[in-house]
Order: sequence, then structure tokens, then C-alpha cells
Amino acid sequence: MNPPVAIGATEGTGASQALALREFHRFDAFGARFLYMVPSAGIFRMDEAGCAVLDALSGAPKDTDALVEELAGQFDVDRILGTIQELTEIRAIGDPSAPKEEVPNDLPPADFPLNTMVLNVTNKCNLACTYCYEYGDDKIVDTQYGKQPKFMSDDTAEESVEFLLAESRGQPVAHLTFFGGETLLNFPILQKTVAYARRRAAEEGTRIEFSLTTNATLLKPDVIQWLADNDIGVTISIDGPKPVQDGLRVFHNGKGTYDVVLPKIKELIATHRSRPIGARVTLTQKNLNVLEIYRHLTQEIGFREVGLAPVTTQDHRDYAITPDAKDHMLSQFRELAQEWLACAIRDEHHGFTNVTDTIEEIHKGVSKAYGCGAGLGLMGVATDGDVSLCHRFAGSPEHTIGTVKDGVDREKQGKFLVDHHISTKTDCHTCWARPICSGGCYHEAHVQYGDSSKANLHYCTWVRSWTHTCLEIYGALAEKNPKFLERFDA
Amino acid sequence: MKHLRPINQKASRIEAYVAHEASRAKAEEMDVVGLRTPPHEEEGPHFPLGCSLAFSPGWEVDSRGGTAGLCQPVERDIFDCHISCFWPAHVPDQLNHAPDWTGKCASAQKDWRKLDLIFP
Repeated sequence: MNPPVAIGATEGTGASQALALREFHRFDAFGARFLYMVPSAGIFRMDEAGCAVLDALSGAPKDTDALVEELAGQFDVDRILGTIQELTEIRAIGDPSAPKEEVPNDLPPADFPLNTMVLNVTNKCNLACTYCYEYGDDKIVDTQYGKQPKFMSDDTAEESVEFLLAESRGQPVAHLTFFGGETLLNFPILQKTVAYARRRAAEEGTRIEFSLTTNATLLKPDVIQWLADNDIGVTISIDGPKPVQDGLRVFHNGKGTYDVVLPKIKELIATHRSRPIGARVTLTQKNLNVLEIYRHLTQEIGFREVGLAPVTTQDHRDYAITPDAKDHMLSQFRELAQEWLACAIRDEHHGFTNVTDTIEEIHKGVSKAYGCGAGLGLMGVATDGDVSLCHRFAGSPEHTIGTVKDGVDREKQGKFLVDHHISTKTDCHTCWARPICSGGCYHEAHVQYGDSSKANLHYCTWVRSWTHTCLEIYGALAEKNPKFLERFDA
Repeated sequence: MKHLRPINQKASRIEAYVAHEASRAKAEEMDVVGLRTPPHEEEGPHFPLGCSLAFSPGWEVDSRGGTAGLCQPVERDIFDCHISCFWPAHVPDQLNHAPDWTGKCASAQKDWRKLDLIFP
């Protein structure tokens, strides 16, 4: 029997309220100050009085009366009080003794729909890239001698489509991504599965969109025509100009792939016009010339979009990126990001998707409970039909949460969702970038720490720097061409 | 918002939420409501909850002999409060003013009628 709290009892007493700064991250663009609110991820632009109130509180908490008195020379009292009220409402300032914003630990609803299913149609690959997470030193599944079949069967593929249709729970669109190994080694199953999925989706009154990732070595004319005719989104794994590509992305006999893939990619880009063809670059210690790579892929080959990601590996490998090199990489990312901004101000397209993707998240104000949608809105399917968190864990028993035949094991999925929730990643609770990062990639954590539920502390500095850069870009656009941001509204 | 400008979609939602809360608070006057759900959070009918679920007869009256001047609603101002709770309810002051108030009430369930009103 707790005594009740008398609502309103402390109001109207005339006592001056103490105020202190609460959690947010400041960034500036073109002389304007913005606050990125944590954890809500709302972005507010400060006016002069707003900046003055924040500056006045930057040293230590103050009473409202003292604050008004301090600023009364610069602004009229109503404006100061109005600003204080609005800053309080968005929780930029507040009672110094108020508890920190708790990380809510509410789990997603049990009927959360599956949005994307990644189908590993084969675990064989015709290349032998040294850094590969699937076959290289950091592999977690023995694809050579393991229990998984080398190729997915027709039955498993059809069961997977049924699984996707059931688990997408009536959403108007679901996505099916083909993956490998080298996806095109199992081209027959792509054709059968797309035809089957189209028919079944039409029967269910829904729609499935298709995409795939390939190393481009097997893009024959009939394959390219089929991809174009069927409106399949294509992402090409490619690392850059000939010396770079041939150094890392090689056939099993060690021969480089650049000369093989170049004409094929050009033909694909010329033929397949309905969807933008993207390049996906893995950056390692041996290929870090981001600007050169980007220019080569967009200008000389003709990719419309390029996304770059540092290799996932343990620190001691010779291709792992060293801390100094990471700084170098970041400075080049920043340079490209400025180019992206210059284009956006002129309402022009720029293909550096690392910025585009982050700006979209910033615009929407996502505040994530999980690093990504794996095990929830996205799942991977191994060649034998086992459902795993994502394609990177396909076939790993430890990360399997069901089968396409029997559905998701809700108990396992529930435990995964509890263990990987941001509320369990205490290191993240003081970080301003947590709404957008939320601890990062599970696979990356598994490779680094042997535990997918750990926060990726080895790339905190990188994530914060990059997020800050993108916030500045966002602020600059809000100042100079806010209309451009409307394209991220949907 | 007059002073700050929401920039991204989430900020607009925060602005809308703040405005919505403010209009609700304005629409129904804030009051001291004791254990009741505050009116601005109340969606359905008001069900008295909390201590009133216990069998707890007896309440105090105000200085005019009625209940209108009590600082808590009478439904809340109950026998239990003078024993098990430090809530400053209008129960008789058993230390000074009415030491024998519960003298004839050995068992509340049976003897609650013997609890008399106490006048100041």
C-alpha cells in the first residue's frame, strides 16, 4: 500500500526548478546548431536563445531563475522561458536528479513479420578470396566436409518460399535474396524458384521482390537476359581496379578475376536497365584506396551505386585493417561524403550508398533495439533448409532458429531476441550513437569475440565518427536543400 | 514549437506528441486525485483501486460533519490507513485525540459498525 503521489502537488508553488543538460549529441552545419536527441533520435535546430540556454547550462546545473537572470540581457524573459520549456519537452534539459533515460527492454511482438529471406542456394564458390568469412580463416561452418549439401534442392527452395509467404504475414511485399557461395553456380534453382514464388505470391495476393549477390564470373548472356527480364536486383561483389581485384579476389588456381568479370559486368549494366546495379566492396589492409576504388567502379565500369565495408576478421590477420589505416579510411569516406553532399545540394545523384543509407536512417529517426533485423525481419536459409539469423550464419547449428519446413522455433528466437537486445549491451548505454548502431553486426561480434551478443566495441570510434559526419551532412542539407530530404520520407 | 525547429521525421513526431499531451492536460484540469488514475491518463470509467480492495470500513468527516472538505476522496480514507500505512489520511488520531476509537472493534469484518464517527 504505497501512498499516492499527489499529481500537481509541486506545481504552482513558485519554486525555481533546477535544470541540467540531458542526453543529446550536438552537431553543426553552416553555422547552425543541431541536437541529435538520444535515445529518441529526433533532430532539432536551435535558435539563438536555444544555444544560449544550452551554453549557460554546459558547466553545471542552474535554477530557472538564475538562468533567466543570466540571459535577461540578451533575450526577453518570455522567450527564455519558452525556450526552456521547449528544451525540457524534447528532453534536452531537465531535472538534474531525474534518472537517466532508461533503455526500454520491450521485445518485438511475437507476430513480427519476416521482410527479407536470404536463400543460400549453394555453399560452393568458384573463387578463393583470402578474406572470405565463409571459406577463409574466420569461417564458422565447414562447407567443405560439413553436413550441408553443396546445393539447395528444388524441394527446399519451394519450402523456403512457402516459409517466406507464411512468415511475412500478409505484408504487401516480401523480399527474397539469393546468395551463396557463388549464387550463379546454382542458376537452375534461381529460375525455378522465381517462377514458383511469383505464382504462389499471386495466389496469396502478395508480391515478392528478388535480388541476388554474385561475383560476376558466371554472368553469361542468357543469365544477364534472364536477370533483366525478371527484374532481379543485382549486387556485384568487386573490390576495385585490376591490381586490387586480382590481389584478393582470385580463382582457386590463384588467377585474378578482373579481366574475366569486367566485360560481363559492362554487359549486365548495359542490358539490365530496370534496377540500379550496385557494387559491394570489401575493404582490407591491402585495398584501402577508397577514392580510387569508388571512381574506378562508378566512372570506368559504370556502377550506379557503390557500398564499401571493412572486412570482418580478427585483428591478427594480415588483411585486417590496422587502427591507423582505419583513420585513413575514415578520412577518405569523409571526402566522398562531402562529394555526396555537393551533389545532393544540386539535386543530383551520388552513388556512395554508405552515406545514402545512413542519411535515410537519420531522416527517419530510427532508434534501434537491435543492430540489424537478423533473426526477426531478416533470416538466412542454409542449403538444407535450416533457418539461421542471417546468411552469414547459414548452416551454423549454434545460430539456427528453425527450419523452413517446421517454421521458426519461437523459444530459440525469443532467447536470441532477449540476449541480443540493446538493454543487455551495457557498454552501449552511455553512447550517443546507440540509436543508430545498437551494438552492430552479430556476425562481426561472433568473429571478434566468439559471441554474437557482444557489442562491437572495436569499432565504436569508427561508428561515432562516421555517424557524426553523416549528421553534419544531414544538417547541411537541412540548411541548404531540405527538399532533397523528402525523397527519404517513404 | 516556436523556438526550436524539428528537422527529421522523428522530431516532427516528438513535436506532435508534446502538443497532444499539452492539449490533453489543458482540456482536463489537473487536480489532486490521490490513488485515482490522473484524469489526463484516464481512458475509460474510473474504478477505485488500491487500498479499497481490502475490507476497510470507517472514514473521518470534515469539520462541518460532511465529507466535501476532505483532502482525499472518502472511498480512499479508510480504516487500514491508520494502521498499516503512513499516508496522512483522515483517520482519527489514536495517539492523542481518540485513543479508544478501535476499542470495540476486535475484528473489522465483524465489528466494523462499532467504529464510530469522530468529530474534531
